[in-house]
Amino acid sequence: MDFDAPIRVAEALRSANYLADDRISQVVFLAQRLGKPVLVEGPAGVGKTELAKAVATATGRDLIRLQCYEGLDEAKALYEWNYKKQLLRIQADVDHDWDSISHDIFSEEFLLTRPLLAAIRATEPVVLLIDEVDRVEVETEALLLEILSDFQVSIPELGTMTANTQPLVFLTSNNTRELSEALKRRCLFLHIDYPDAEREQLILEARVPGLSEHLAAQVAKVARSIRSLDLKKAPSVSETIDWARTLIALSVEEVDEEVLGDTLHVLLKYQSDIERTAKELISAPAT
Amino acid sequence: MLPVITGFIDELRAAGVPVSMVEAIDAMKAVETIDLGSRIGLRETLRATLVKNLRHERAFDIAFDVYFSRVPMPKDRDAESDPEGDNGPEGTGGEGATGGDGDFDPNQLFNALLEALAGMDEESLRRGVRDAVDRLAGMEPGRPVGGTYYLYRTLRRLDLARLEAQLLESLAGEEDLTELDQRLLREEVESLIEKLREEIQEEIRRRLVADRGREAVAKTLRRPLIEDIDLMHATSSDLAEMEAAIGPLTRKLAARLARRRRKRTGRLDFRRTVRKSLATGGVPADPQFRHPRPHRPEVWLLCDISGSMATFSRFTLQFTHAMANHFSRLRSFAFVDTIDEVTEFFGPGTDFGLAVSRITTEAEVIWLDGHSDYGNSLETFHNRYGSQLTPRTTVIITGDARNNYRPARDGVLAQIAKASRGLVWLNPEPAAYWDTGDSAMSHYARHCTSVHEVRTLRQLEDFVETLTLPAGRAHQNV
Repeated sequence: MDFDAPIRVAEALRSANYLADDRISQVVFLAQRLGKPVLVEGPAGVGKTELAKAVATATGRDLIRLQCYEGLDEAKALYEWNYKKQLLRIQADVDHDWDSISHDIFSEEFLLTRPLLAAIRATEPVVLLIDEVDRVEVETEALLLEILSDFQVSIPELGTMTANTQPLVFLTSNNTRELSEALKRRCLFLHIDYPDAEREQLILEARVPGLSEHLAAQVAKVARSIRSLDLKKAPSVSETIDWARTLIALSVEEVDEEVLGDTLHVLLKYQSDIERTAKELISAPAT
Repeated sequence: MLPVITGFIDELRAAGVPVSMVEAIDAMKAVETIDLGSRIGLRETLRATLVKNLRHERAFDIAFDVYFSRVPMPKDRDAESDPEGDNGPEGTGGEGATGGDGDFDPNQLFNALLEALAGMDEESLRRGVRDAVDRLAGMEPGRPVGGTYYLYRTLRRLDLARLEAQLLESLAGEEDLTELDQRLLREEVESLIEKLREEIQEEIRRRLVADRGREAVAKTLRRPLIEDIDLMHATSSDLAEMEAAIGPLTRKLAARLARRRRKRTGRLDFRRTVRKSLATGGVPADPQFRHPRPHRPEVWLLCDISGSMATFSRFTLQFTHAMANHFSRLRSFAFVDTIDEVTEFFGPGTDFGLAVSRITTEAEVIWLDGHSDYGNSLETFHNRYGSQLTPRTTVIITGDARNNYRPARDGVLAQIAKASRGLVWLNPEPAAYWDTGDSAMSHYARHCTSVHEVRTLRQLEDFVETLTLPAGRAHQNV
């Protein structure tokens, strides 16, 4: 499925329950038009990973996910030779001479595909999500470069494998370190910040069934207010959604000091943050 | 379109945003695929292809406003709201705004804006803003200014405080509000006022561009990137913006320091080596090593907060405050002519403003006359806290080492350096000024593991990169 305008992207994502603003839909549109990967950056919990999932749902593509971590290497990200199977192959076939066997055991049959290679070899178009790319070391980052610019993987024994279909690639980063220029240059850059109160209200209404407009507006405004404080960890969108669900479960119709004080731990995960927010927002302690 | 975009890219580069050739080509290709009718679409397209760092977005926004300002409204509508519109851009528009104008009623404009903001009506807000700039900014054609003064003048004449109060009143309605509701409402109004301010600023820029052309206006508006602003001469708005950048920086620092070294750098494990050597007939062919202990960074910060360091110390304290959120083993000290521990003021979740005021009122940082005395401060530090230093402690001192010609007493510093893992000195002065006048930098520098000139955010970032080196390998910068 191809989009012919950014507005179509927004509509499709909306049907996948993701509310995209102008920036997000424009960048996704470009990514698909230009066939370039998107580097998504922003605070934790604003829906970076969610975006890739929503795009997969909206376009009807499969999602292939590579979770990055420190120590990730080629064998986990790209491909690995299935050496047990290779051993068996050699032992099962003692009559053949070495040349033919050695040629044989380095064929696609003995190749274990890992996420990146799987995305390249997929017969149907896919969405490739490379999550938290800032966690891998700078050296490992280089592994990604060939894939990101040319959509191909070079395997010494087999040659270069080129993508059958162009995957849509999303990389997410929490910005714990500066990514290399080479990587950034190959990507479209998309920074997602906390949504403004209006958009957050819409997100809440879309994600939390049974939430009244009035309550959604209140939740969004309280979230904005808390985010303006200087906290260890500001509430993310996923946490405001959780909070809205909590309020519904408690059949709350109106957020007041008491309700806020009782449910603050859903929004904030550090005791010092909770105390601080309670002090700022709730003047009289709930009795 | 092509020349405009190349001009725009040139402007970005001139403002310090690194735009590579590949990115410029990408931008051109991208622009070909999109609908040029949408200004926001164009903006986000250029942003995604040209700007790869959040901190460069401000420069991008300013340049974009100048190069792709909103299309002026059709003439007939202009004429309706502005009887002087026919005078042309070089006419007496400026004087008309300040001079007596019969049918202009400031109250009417005020109410129109109030209504537009309260009802969130973008169209009439824009019309009101255009009117306001026409009447109140008093713009004079041909002057090479950036428009800050025009913005100020417009806002002052609009009586923003009254607008804010009335907006609050009209949104509050009849009911009695709880304090929480009042707070939320106040924030709502603040965000609306901010929107008004942005609209006015954009309108003023649009007119400046019409008057003097893109290149000229862009050049006036160009400011150094936030990471290149000299900390000693930063304005308060610069500082506020830097504070936003400090958060991610400390997170980076925490991530780098906590990163386990993956190399086999542990000591030889004799027992396991011998055990393993049995397989090779007693030949220790495969030496075994102990796993290096996970590194728990311990950082002590010593900040000079004397008057000469006012801007810089505010910045370092901000940095300290942000670091306290990431390091459980961070201790901070402040000094002028004697030193006191201020760790508890900066605990996680504390308010920065409050912490600073507590330092000035509660901490004992002044001993005699309130002029910097590094010698006494270091000696007091060593006497009181020196015994608690361990080989895992990294000590960071921030200050200009201007000692008011008092004895440097750098022998103490040597002992501090010896007792700790590393001693780093961050000096906000240009390296060329070190050792001039009353600066005792070289006395102290010879005992430090490394000395860095930290005049800008960029230099602080470079320092963060080098701090991760083990103490033994940290290279000498001086």
